[in-house]
Amino acid sequence: MKQIKTLNQANLKQSAVKGGCGECQASCQSACKTSCTVANQKCENENNQ
Amino acid sequence: MIHKYTLNGFHIVLDTNSGAVHIFDDAPYDMLDYLEDEVPQQAPKQMMDDLGKKYDKATLDEAYNELKELYENGQLYSEDGYHNFSAMLKEAPVKSMCLNVAHDCNLRCEYCFAAKGDFGCGRKLMPLEVGKKAIDFLIEHSKGRRNLELDFFGGEPLMNFQVVKEIVEYARSQEEKHNKKFRFTMTTNGLLLTDDVIEYLNKEMYNVVLSLDGRKEINDMLRVHADGSGCYDAIVPKYQKLIATRGDKDYYVRGTFTKHNLDFAKDAVHMAELGFDQVSVEPVVSDPKLPYSLQEEDLPAAFAEYENLANILIDRKKKGEGFNFFHFMIDLDQGPCAIKRLRGCGCGNEYVCITPEGDIYPCHQFVGEEKWKMGNIMEDTFNIPMKQEFALTNVYSKEDCKDCWAKFYCSGGCAANSWQYEGDILKSHKLSCDLEKKRLECAIMMKAAMAETNI
Repeated sequence: MKQIKTLNQANLKQSAVKGGCGECQASCQSACKTSCTVANQKCENENNQ
Repeated sequence: MIHKYTLNGFHIVLDTNSGAVHIFDDAPYDMLDYLEDEVPQQAPKQMMDDLGKKYDKATLDEAYNELKELYENGQLYSEDGYHNFSAMLKEAPVKSMCLNVAHDCNLRCEYCFAAKGDFGCGRKLMPLEVGKKAIDFLIEHSKGRRNLELDFFGGEPLMNFQVVKEIVEYARSQEEKHNKKFRFTMTTNGLLLTDDVIEYLNKEMYNVVLSLDGRKEINDMLRVHADGSGCYDAIVPKYQKLIATRGDKDYYVRGTFTKHNLDFAKDAVHMAELGFDQVSVEPVVSDPKLPYSLQEEDLPAAFAEYENLANILIDRKKKGEGFNFFHFMIDLDQGPCAIKRLRGCGCGNEYVCITPEGDIYPCHQFVGEEKWKMGNIMEDTFNIPMKQEFALTNVYSKEDCKDCWAKFYCSGGCAANSWQYEGDILKSHKLSCDLEKKRLECAIMMKAAMAETNI
């Protein structure tokens, strides 16, 4: 494409199919404790690595 | 659903349901004003007539074909099919715990949500017996999960350091037997760090969160001792010593910004100049009547400062002097799965907080709210219906979140803020939402800027 550049793979829907293992860190255990940002946590699903 | 915005000259388009992020030229960007939830095979006549005055036909045809391609590939106006996964949002194992080993503190920070250390419940240290029982509780309630997280919190957890060490020793002794892996973290104000404590934390703690608000005059305004004096000079050298021997383990130097430092980019940069490359500076969440509280009227200044910080970070990164700002961290390809994003922070469901008395609360910010006490580990009580209520608190049960473009990034926000300031865990705290959305816009813009320079 010439007029549109896509920055990522857009795989959120596929991630739902293989996801949900629950092994990743709770967001408030990283650095926040007062404001919630879930999307910056690392995926720790061993089947997705 | 899409979200489009222009920042730093980039026309950015986010497709909410697929997670796709695009950078648009002017023509396709203008076309979005004429489209709603789909890209029809035939370009709308009104759009072509209007935009024909601004662009030549070949440019418009090419732009529209590119929009159609994105649409057909499920990267623009993609459907929300996540209701199929609602069954996965039910009650989950408890795998994460905030252990309040000290309801006491050696500082009296003005903005402390823990009522200056004791959560309004009286000053108390957790006995070892309660700490061990908390480990047993976590093992028992985490069936199906291997990685368990335990954050030593307070108050100031180092005021009960001997018990911390004994709890860690006990937990480690249980790992093999139960096939669990504990990840310990600690959030500390730093005053009690000594060489021995630093050595211990760098060995045992997967992550440490070190509290510092930034510049000395900012830190010392609100992070004060009982006599009102600031703590900057006492803690900064200790943090530098800790980081020097931290190796590749995680840490954050974490601050809070208030109405008094809406120029908080200076504080983030100050921390970087002290040698800390993992930095978090978060907005204070407090009663709007308090003098340091952020209010609606402060938002334009806070938004401008987030943009300023984003630009500073881009410049520094280009010069090889970048540092990591927690709230701008975003991985557009390998972030958490959609199920995690639907579940949200997990408080009251996957995550609980235990007080020195053994009381269970949905998270550290609910402590002392009698209505939300979930039970007591020493009495073997645990309110499962309340746990289920939290499991069902997500972006589809929160009315304000359903149609929000940012729902898969904040995942519904902080339930405690919703309760404290909106009176309902199913409502959204607007001020927090507005700040979160601005941070996301900046973080995505930074990705665009970095992609342009191939950094």
